[in-house]
Amino acid sequence: MILSQTTVKVDGWLVAIDRLAGGSLTLLSLWADPPEVKMATLDEASGDINIITYVCRHNQYPTVGVKHPPAIRLERAIRDLHRLDAIGASDTRPWLAHTAAPYEFLGAEGEALHQIAVGPVHAGIIEPGHFRFTANGEFLVRLEERLGYVHKGIEALMAGAPLDKATKLAARASGDSTVAYGFAFALAAEMALKVAAPPRAIYLRALMAEMERLANHFGDIGAICNDASFSLMHAQCGILRELTLRAAETCFGHRLMMDVIVPGGVARDICEDGVTQLRVLLAEVRRVFPHLTALYDNTASLQDRTVTTGIVKPEYARQFGAGGYIGRASGRDFDARRRPGYAPYDTLKFDVPVLTAGDVNARVWIRIREVEQSLGLVEQIIDSLPDGAIMSDRPATGAGEGFAMTEAFRGDVLVWLRLDDSGHVARCHLRDASWFQWPLLETAVEGNIVADFPLCNKSFNCSYAGHDL
Amino acid sequence: MRKTMIESLLRGPLTEKAPPVDETALAELAQSVERAARARLGRSLSIRHVDAGSCNGCELELHALSNAFYDLERLGLRFVASPRHADVLTVSGPVTRNMREALLRTYEAMPDPKWVVAIGGCAVDGGIFSGSAAIAGGVKDVLPVDLTIRGCPPNPRQLLAGLLALMQKAS
Repeated sequence: MILSQTTVKVDGWLVAIDRLAGGSLTLLSLWADPPEVKMATLDEASGDINIITYVCRHNQYPTVGVKHPPAIRLERAIRDLHRLDAIGASDTRPWLAHTAAPYEFLGAEGEALHQIAVGPVHAGIIEPGHFRFTANGEFLVRLEERLGYVHKGIEALMAGAPLDKATKLAARASGDSTVAYGFAFALAAEMALKVAAPPRAIYLRALMAEMERLANHFGDIGAICNDASFSLMHAQCGILRELTLRAAETCFGHRLMMDVIVPGGVARDICEDGVTQLRVLLAEVRRVFPHLTALYDNTASLQDRTVTTGIVKPEYARQFGAGGYIGRASGRDFDARRRPGYAPYDTLKFDVPVLTAGDVNARVWIRIREVEQSLGLVEQIIDSLPDGAIMSDRPATGAGEGFAMTEAFRGDVLVWLRLDDSGHVARCHLRDASWFQWPLLETAVEGNIVADFPLCNKSFNCSYAGHDL
Repeated sequence: MRKTMIESLLRGPLTEKAPPVDETALAELAQSVERAARARLGRSLSIRHVDAGSCNGCELELHALSNAFYDLERLGLRFVASPRHADVLTVSGPVTRNMREALLRTYEAMPDPKWVVAIGGCAVDGGIFSGSAAIAGGVKDVLPVDLTIRGCPPNPRQLLAGLLALMQKAS
């Protein structure tokens, strides 16, 4: 990864915004470290990542969102959390801070339109968020999301926290991606502390990351089919998910493998017969999963629901820098394991599946193909697991900045942090892939029927917790 | 499809024996469940779940309760879509300021008798998020709590043991 940092005046900031709007740069994140605002950008041609810093004057900075809409919600969050204003912004409504004042939803004009308000408490066991639908009969004209319900103030809690507490907080940004967050946080902290995890720890981290991906993809494939009333797939995929979580508990002592990855290495080694257990799991999944794939592929009534439903246009996926299966189902060939890339994936063989249809069906197929890739990765890792220490002797203190990206099951997780002289976290920014995926859900459901919304939503499976922090 | 179904039939059930009822939970419940309520409910409880600010870890494990290994519904426990149909409110996460009102409204929409179960370490007292200006505290700071199931997140067996204790008391 080529990572550079630049501090710019207004001119430089505006040039970066123009390049984002022009498409030669992709916005990776926008955050505040008062009095500074920072944006991380990815150069699409070279793959270089640049962190651009602008020092606010009178707590203000020139808006990015007006020319480059993916930044709008990030700017609103910065205003809520740090009281820095994006000057010229078109949308100044609060985002994470919910106030007593009524929230003004965006309008939709036309004959015979009606609104449906859903949430924050939903019918199923899912996270809270509000969806405001405007429909014409059965057809959706507009969806607007309102999020922030599970905002816990994670970044505020991290400021001033010792590294071990901050590590635990990062692992609880989004429980389904606890390994990916722990991984990214550890990499960023290690960059700041200028230490490296030993080889065995690096491989164990990737092993856990792939098991997390497998468990979540099994859960998602089943749940998407369930939302199309095909419960057989749900039941069968649920078995594979449970077997994966049980293997994780056997190997690492926790079903979700929470808190195992820490800065400097991993907190515990894989259990003694862990590798054998994983080979049993791999054999079982490889026996069953092809039948389930065929079942999905050959059930016409299920395909009828998923094909051409909830299409994300490739240009939106590119503009928003949508990661994970959402981007890859709409032609955006991006995977943080490849670019910027991190160990040990540079030594492992895997394909990054990409499709262009952009519908629910394509997002299912990306997951299916990724399950196959992850099985291969788990096998490669346990075949070549190095011996040795699992923790480096890291210094307890030291100031510095760190940046890292890892690929969670739903897309790239970005962590930027700054440590103070005592080694405590001065400021940490976590950016879930959902920030750039949620807005695309609003575009994907347009023209679909209301009853297909759960299907579209499940095929996205964005994180509320990881977004609201 | 036929092949998958036949194979499932021939393999026999994956469903495991339910865990023993959680004794500490029983003791905790002794005071909160009245005799009158037991007669009315029979051996069945409807559960409405609200995520009041969790990291979604607890939700993943609540979902797991419905898989073939735990099969919650065979035990008379089921999740329902509306608080109007619920006897039990399970709540996960610290209660965020932004979810406080929605949680209260869900509770108020439930008919009596009703019980509240706080799920996970955060729901007990805010857990690792304690001290944040963005949270209102644990569930007990907002609603009367009858039972707590600890863990980060509690695994499905722990969840089952706690819920079974509630059902035994309630019926």
